[in-house]
Amino acid sequence: MSFLGKLSIDAIPFHEPIIMVTMAVIAVVGLIIAGLITKYKKWGVLWRDWITSVDHKRLGVMYILLALIMLFRGFSDAIMMRAQLALATSGAPGYLPPEHYDQIFTAHGVIMIIFMAMPFMIGLMNIVVPLQIGARDVAFPFLNNLSFWFTASGAILINLSLIFGEFAKTGWVAYPPLSELTFSPGVGVDYYIWALQISGLGTLLTAVNFLVTVFKMRAPGMTLMKMPIFTWACTWANILIAASFPILTAVLAMLTLDRYLDFHFFTNEAGGNAMMYINLFWAWGHPEVYILVLPAFGIFSEIVSTFTGKRLFGYKSMVYASGAISILGFIVWLHHFFTMGSSANVNAFFGVMTMVIAVPTGVKLFSWLFTIYRGRLRITVPVLWTLGFMVTFSIGGMTGVLLAIPGADYVLHNSLFLIAHFHNTIIGGAVFGYLAGFVFWFPKAMGFKLDERWGKASFWCWLIGFFVAFMPLYVLGFLGMTRRLNHSNNPDWNIWLYIAAVGAVIIMFGIICQVIQLYVSFKNRDALDDTTGDPWNGHTLEWSTSSPPQYYNFAEIPHVDDIDTWTDMKEKGLAYQGKSSYSPIHMPKNTASGVLIAASLTAFCFAMIWHIWWLAGLGFIGAIALFINRAYTIDVDYYVQNDEILQIEGVHIASNTKEVSA
Amino acid sequence: MLIRNLFNIALASMALILSGCNGGVLDPKGQIGIDEKNLIIIATVLMLLVVIPVIVMTLYFAWKYRDTQNHEIYAPKWAHSNKIEAVVWAVPIVIVIILGVITWQSTQELDPYKPIEGKGDHLTVEVVSLNWKWLFIYPEQGIATVNELVFPANVPVEYKITSESTMNSFFIPQLGSQIYSMAGMETKLHLIANEPGTFKGFSANYSGAGFTGMKFNAIATPTKADFNQWVEQVKTNANSLTHANYVELAKASENNPVTYYGKVDDGLFHTIVMKYMQAHGDMNKKHHAMGKHQQMSNEHQTMGSHSMPSSHSQGEE
Repeated sequence: MSFLGKLSIDAIPFHEPIIMVTMAVIAVVGLIIAGLITKYKKWGVLWRDWITSVDHKRLGVMYILLALIMLFRGFSDAIMMRAQLALATSGAPGYLPPEHYDQIFTAHGVIMIIFMAMPFMIGLMNIVVPLQIGARDVAFPFLNNLSFWFTASGAILINLSLIFGEFAKTGWVAYPPLSELTFSPGVGVDYYIWALQISGLGTLLTAVNFLVTVFKMRAPGMTLMKMPIFTWACTWANILIAASFPILTAVLAMLTLDRYLDFHFFTNEAGGNAMMYINLFWAWGHPEVYILVLPAFGIFSEIVSTFTGKRLFGYKSMVYASGAISILGFIVWLHHFFTMGSSANVNAFFGVMTMVIAVPTGVKLFSWLFTIYRGRLRITVPVLWTLGFMVTFSIGGMTGVLLAIPGADYVLHNSLFLIAHFHNTIIGGAVFGYLAGFVFWFPKAMGFKLDERWGKASFWCWLIGFFVAFMPLYVLGFLGMTRRLNHSNNPDWNIWLYIAAVGAVIIMFGIICQVIQLYVSFKNRDALDDTTGDPWNGHTLEWSTSSPPQYYNFAEIPHVDDIDTWTDMKEKGLAYQGKSSYSPIHMPKNTASGVLIAASLTAFCFAMIWHIWWLAGLGFIGAIALFINRAYTIDVDYYVQNDEILQIEGVHIASNTKEVSA
Repeated sequence: MLIRNLFNIALASMALILSGCNGGVLDPKGQIGIDEKNLIIIATVLMLLVVIPVIVMTLYFAWKYRDTQNHEIYAPKWAHSNKIEAVVWAVPIVIVIILGVITWQSTQELDPYKPIEGKGDHLTVEVVSLNWKWLFIYPEQGIATVNELVFPANVPVEYKITSESTMNSFFIPQLGSQIYSMAGMETKLHLIANEPGTFKGFSANYSGAGFTGMKFNAIATPTKADFNQWVEQVKTNANSLTHANYVELAKASENNPVTYYGKVDDGLFHTIVMKYMQAHGDMNKKHHAMGKHQQMSNEHQTMGSHSMPSSHSQGEE
């Protein structure tokens, strides 16, 4: 075995012009960014205030930045696939041979779910949840930083596969035996395994962190049934993560043993059984979709009640509905493979259980409707996303229930109907929710609002693009087109494939509008400045802080008497009440340990992928040593003194009294 | 106005879909497929009873309660009503109960493992998915084909399905249900064609580089006599599929042409299913052990199909 294991110059795909051009663009953009940072002397700021930060708000911003970068990557994959299928009709081969195309659809799925949707959701949760419950940070701030870097490590690994070697050609589910060494001897599946393992570890730690935060650090007076609805939704999602991610870890560990040490959990030979993998994968995979969508539901609830200027209708129903969805989400996994040949009773049971989920979901839709009822709905960008969601998601939910009927699934399984369905729920549900939350909480995180006009343009492009791109896929499913085809030879399909490609381009304009929106808003940030900290007349505690919030969030932890605490405080005249002196605030210090531990583990994972055993050993021992070093560090905290707090609070209160008098 | 336009567009596209769906699952040519199409339509109509009002209410409420309008009633603190909550829980529950009953019954009726009754004796075809082609063995006729499936119309066909390597899904959309093919296991499917014709068949589960080319024509002949004639024609073919040259066939290849085998070794399908079921340690010698297996499989022949490892029986446990 050579010094670099299986890695050699041949691993770099020089013969693939698409990849080479992509890498060149990434290199140039990277150099420009590095040059700008150097020119404006920002490396120190970047390291001290961001990379080593344990502040939940800054980590949230970094999560969302990661999610947006991965959205570009995942969307590039999507548009390449749509272009391939639009070109490769009537027997034409298109421009992507299976060798490359199969990697693209696998990467698209993994990136969009694990590295776009998850970081987006966790980013919003990071920014908002501690503020909503009146806490100064999460329970374990260092762990929060470590979790972020584990997620980033996974994203780095998956992108390294572009230039070094290949990515998995198995589909994002990586079913054995196809993902076993016999049929996938390359490094692609290993990239998949290690990228998911390290980011999964980060996600699990985040869930534990936020569960402890929510259960132990709520402001006095905030009973569980007075917790803001978004925090409730995230809590359910975190319970799901804590319960389901270990299954993913275990199933991937078993696949790792199969591939590295000749075990036979899922091989064809020696008593292995691939059905075990498929069951375990979906025992994680189905709760995972609720992990994505429940926080989005929470976001819609906040937005609807804020912009109608009303209390949320049926708060308790909402909480219990989310709980019901969470529990039911664990007993429906078999509906992903009705066609495996289980008996009628088994299939019928899982079909009916799946339908039952439609009940709490339907209740949620009605609750939003009755929140709007007799309200005064301000049609802002977050509200547009919400209305777009309610319409789109109703359709996605309906097709989901249809697929839950085994007799219907027998002909629709794995067809483009299925693809249309889950994009209908994940884009129309989760992504619309995150984009709504992005606009809603952007001023809180960054201190200025986003431009409305470009926001609306973006929404309409996304919404129309979504329908144009995915409604044809429903039709194609009925026409008998199955997923993951590289090319087609059926004239009836062509028109629908062309329309779908146009839809993808319209969505692309939506994304371009968002980039312009960010640029325009940044340029006009003085005009869009959020001086009050409460730009939408919000209901919950995050709006009581300045925008962006003070690094310690709350000079004094507020007392909570109501679900809509901030509304309550404003009505009672308790808002913006400064004090003459504050007790010192206990705060965590920033640390480089998180990024260093994650870097070591990234080296370990990369080395495992390429069988560079010495580096694997070094990376693993390095991570452990750095962790022990951190565990023995005593100098991890400090106190903010009265003078400093008085000065910061004075500015916030002054700007608000000015607002009020003006 | 907007709503009426949307409605017209929806209607027009529905018409387009229904007229353009030749050859798909909404254009079934077999009883199972017809039942499944009807199930899809009934379930969709039932769900639209809730979904359409929700969409209409969303747009109407957003319009009616927009803040530029002058509202007489504004109830910022109104957040609970037992009556409304009862209704919003009850409506979905009722629909789901109805759908649940339909689901339970239809799943029993459409169980792919359930033989089709009242149509006379069935024909048995053994299906093997290989990288990347389909092998069809006719045990009663003693012939085999690659990438072409022929059977008489109006005769129930029992498919016994397995895989040589990766997992695939055996699917002929116009006839109905699909079922996975998995190595070391036998799954079952029962289909019937109500009329003669040529239907597209393919793998509906991605299985690697040559997956797109795993297509075959499923040809339903007008009469049994036509089918028998086709069998005789295949039998004249000098190619024979033995345990030995099956190993050759099993090697990965893409876009295979239709191939006929006039003779096929007895028990080949059983050998393929059982090849992974040997004691640990033998597996590296599996190809050499083929001959030995033939004997073994002959012994097994007398046993019922339940002795075979089947995912169906696992599901029931």
